[in-house]
Amino acid sequence: MFENLSHLALQQYWWVIVSLLGALLVFLLFVQGGQTLIYRLGKDDLQRTLLVNVLGRKWEFTFTTLVTFGGAFFASFPLFYSTSFGGAYWVWMLILFAFVIQAVSYEFRSKPGNFLGKRTYETFLFINGLVGTVLLGAAVSTFFTGSSFSVNENNFSQWETPFHGLEAALNIQNLSLGLAVFFLSRTLAVLFFIQNVNHPDIMVRARKQLLFDAIPFLVFFLTFLAFLLLKDGFAVHPQTKEVFMEPFKYLHNLLQMPVVAILFLSGVVLVLIGILRTAFCFEKCSDYGIWLSGTGTVLVVFSLFLLAGFNHTAYYPSVFDLQDSLTIENSSSSHYTLTAMSYVSLFVPLVLAYIFFTWRALTRKRIDKSELEQESHIY
Amino acid sequence: MDPSLIDWSRAQFALTAIYHWFFVPLTLGLSFIIAFMETMYIRTGDEHWKRITKYWMTLFGINFAIGVATGIILEFEFGTNWSNYSWFVGDIFGAPLAIEGILAFFLESTFIAVMFFGWNKVGKKFHLLSTWLVAAGANLSALWILVANAWMQYPAGMHFNPDTARNEMVNFWEVLFSPVAINKFLHTVQSGYVLASVFVIGISSWYLLKKREEMLAKRSMLVAGVFGLVMSVFIIVTGDHSARLMAKYQPVKFAAMENLYEGQTHAPLVAFGMLKVNESMEEHKKEDFIFKLEIPNFLSYMAFLDANAYVPGIKDLIHGNPERNIMPTTEKIDKGRVAISALKTYKEAKKSGDTAKSDSALTLLNANFNHFGYGFLKDEHEAIPPIKLTFYSFRIMVGLGFLFVLLFIISLWLVLKNKTANKKWFYYSAICMIPLAYLATQMGWMVAEVGRQPWIIQDVMPVSAAVSKLTTGSVQVTFVLFAITFTVLLIADIKILLTQIKKGPKEGGTSHV
Repeated sequence: MFENLSHLALQQYWWVIVSLLGALLVFLLFVQGGQTLIYRLGKDDLQRTLLVNVLGRKWEFTFTTLVTFGGAFFASFPLFYSTSFGGAYWVWMLILFAFVIQAVSYEFRSKPGNFLGKRTYETFLFINGLVGTVLLGAAVSTFFTGSSFSVNENNFSQWETPFHGLEAALNIQNLSLGLAVFFLSRTLAVLFFIQNVNHPDIMVRARKQLLFDAIPFLVFFLTFLAFLLLKDGFAVHPQTKEVFMEPFKYLHNLLQMPVVAILFLSGVVLVLIGILRTAFCFEKCSDYGIWLSGTGTVLVVFSLFLLAGFNHTAYYPSVFDLQDSLTIENSSSSHYTLTAMSYVSLFVPLVLAYIFFTWRALTRKRIDKSELEQESHIY
Repeated sequence: MDPSLIDWSRAQFALTAIYHWFFVPLTLGLSFIIAFMETMYIRTGDEHWKRITKYWMTLFGINFAIGVATGIILEFEFGTNWSNYSWFVGDIFGAPLAIEGILAFFLESTFIAVMFFGWNKVGKKFHLLSTWLVAAGANLSALWILVANAWMQYPAGMHFNPDTARNEMVNFWEVLFSPVAINKFLHTVQSGYVLASVFVIGISSWYLLKKREEMLAKRSMLVAGVFGLVMSVFIIVTGDHSARLMAKYQPVKFAAMENLYEGQTHAPLVAFGMLKVNESMEEHKKEDFIFKLEIPNFLSYMAFLDANAYVPGIKDLIHGNPERNIMPTTEKIDKGRVAISALKTYKEAKKSGDTAKSDSALTLLNANFNHFGYGFLKDEHEAIPPIKLTFYSFRIMVGLGFLFVLLFIISLWLVLKNKTANKKWFYYSAICMIPLAYLATQMGWMVAEVGRQPWIIQDVMPVSAAVSKLTTGSVQVTFVLFAITFTVLLIADIKILLTQIKKGPKEGGTSHV
């Protein structure tokens, strides 16, 4: 089946899979966003424990999606893996540190004899929520703004600034997307809490908090979008494969790929409906906000990835030398490896199905104080 | 390349791997032990089994979280610190990592939530299934990463593509089912099963010593004793097999592990031995032993199932042995340099459109590619791994392995004969075995990884060619940060575990704040 596809078709198929994983990851970052709201929404220990426990049952999905996203990128586009991870060293290391301290914090937070104290683990969760979201957003933004690296004739890469990725923080567009992801993750977290926590005080605060995060999200996202659609983009000549700057490249991509445009606009609308419906129709229709905005988030991020990689575009541009930019064609694995991996990808629907099934089984009922009292495993 | 950058990058990877491996083996083994216990609960309906299951599940959870934390670093360090490697073999190496994520990590992370939080939310049988799926997921993830590691020890199912300047996969099944991969997977997960069994017996012994939770202790000891003993038999078989695979595919590592300088037929195995302090590669000889206790012919038999077989020593493998048709390393280095130079010529000729030149360069490259990696070595001595560490690590691992067999036999005998009372000598011994089990598994990885230096991919790429172009200072900073973070988290992990053990299980099965 897959072996009969052209190399380009397989590269596009894998870009779609990587994009989907990236999109799911951004949605699941609501766990990180929620971690930054523990003290904002939880005013006593019980409330905070409720919030941590409702997030704690989902943190592994985010973590696993991040690891799988990295693994899938490595397997399908190894030149990106070697160039970005080996080059933008500090950005990736900071992200990794943020995730290392998250993984233990849930399990250790409430355990007796936890050495550092509950507050420290809650601080770790906050750091993970802040640093993880902002840096992941900024890192994705470099797909549109470029990075300073070179690739030699043997495809060994070298970063061409001494800051090894930290320079990305000086770019307003990167910062805008980083902060947009941060506030989006908090917005989604509020919607998730509203759906899954049963505590009147938390509900009141969550309802107020929703627009406090949704409005900055929209401001930063629209700023990023304005930059994206109005700036020159990194185009690839279809025949010569030469990379050149094309005015309004990403706007052109949107217009020339109507399916992507529809996905993008649908996503934006769904995100907004999820927020507005919950904010203004709280009593009757707040339960589904997370699913509407979550689905919208997946669609928007998925289409952003497609804008970066499809339609003759360099998805990881080099501003040091345009011709060293990475495209889905010049950075991918071989036809054989992509074929083998594609067969493995057929398991993805099965994985999604059992995640959906178990997710539902564990969240049929909102979490409340009585459940914590009965539960044998508490975060 | 700056040698200090290579050493610091190595040190950082070693640090991460060592810390990660503190937690993984317990996850691998305890997941099955818990699943056995819960199965007993479902089959008998005895609430004591549920209580026992939940107790060990708590310890499992504490250990699991920190294993996950240290694991994410390892995956990404292939990119951050070994970026040339990531490209050079990413076409092959990346696939198992991605499959691990898709097939194993999601299985594990999805059902672990049901395992911990599903007691009151899903049916008993579904809960049991979830517990077994967590064990399957954990072990499946081990399969894929160990396939990847085995491929680094014995690169199979690939060819070199000069146009992309990388190795590409040509046969997925050869990668997955290479003899080294199968054996490495089995031997490694079995080491986790043995460690988890020792862990459970050690903690159970502490309860018996304190005369607390005797039912929990005896039942746990029974399950762990049987599991540990059965797995010890298998681990001896796979360990024996890995020695033969090593002798065949990584003879220098095998010679280093045995400190065998000059090759010989009827080679004896040094069961015990102590090496002199000085160790210059050129002077390194058999006489460097201060003392040794040998088993005649056993090394030849272990390596080739033939007591008469010739086992090459370090001298033969480095300086060559024409009688045995062993090529000197210097010749391999020359061939490697020819291959590297031919690749460069091929690239230039391709760029200038000189087909004849590129064809001849390609022929030369193909003829010498088997020794491509040697072209990056400074001299033949760089091909010798650290001998002392490899030699001692192997003996500590094997010695402790046999000690654990004794532990399992005695613990089973005591439980089955109902003679566990007032056996202080046994309780103390079993408790002391816990750190020794961790030591044994770490030593196993020392043999595997230190013994294959300088190669990141055996004969194809040395670590010096694989490292990312970073400043040494950057890697030093992250090394220190990792060292501090992991050490603090390890202390927290041990403190929480000890507190939890002291508290023991509550009626609900676990205890928490």
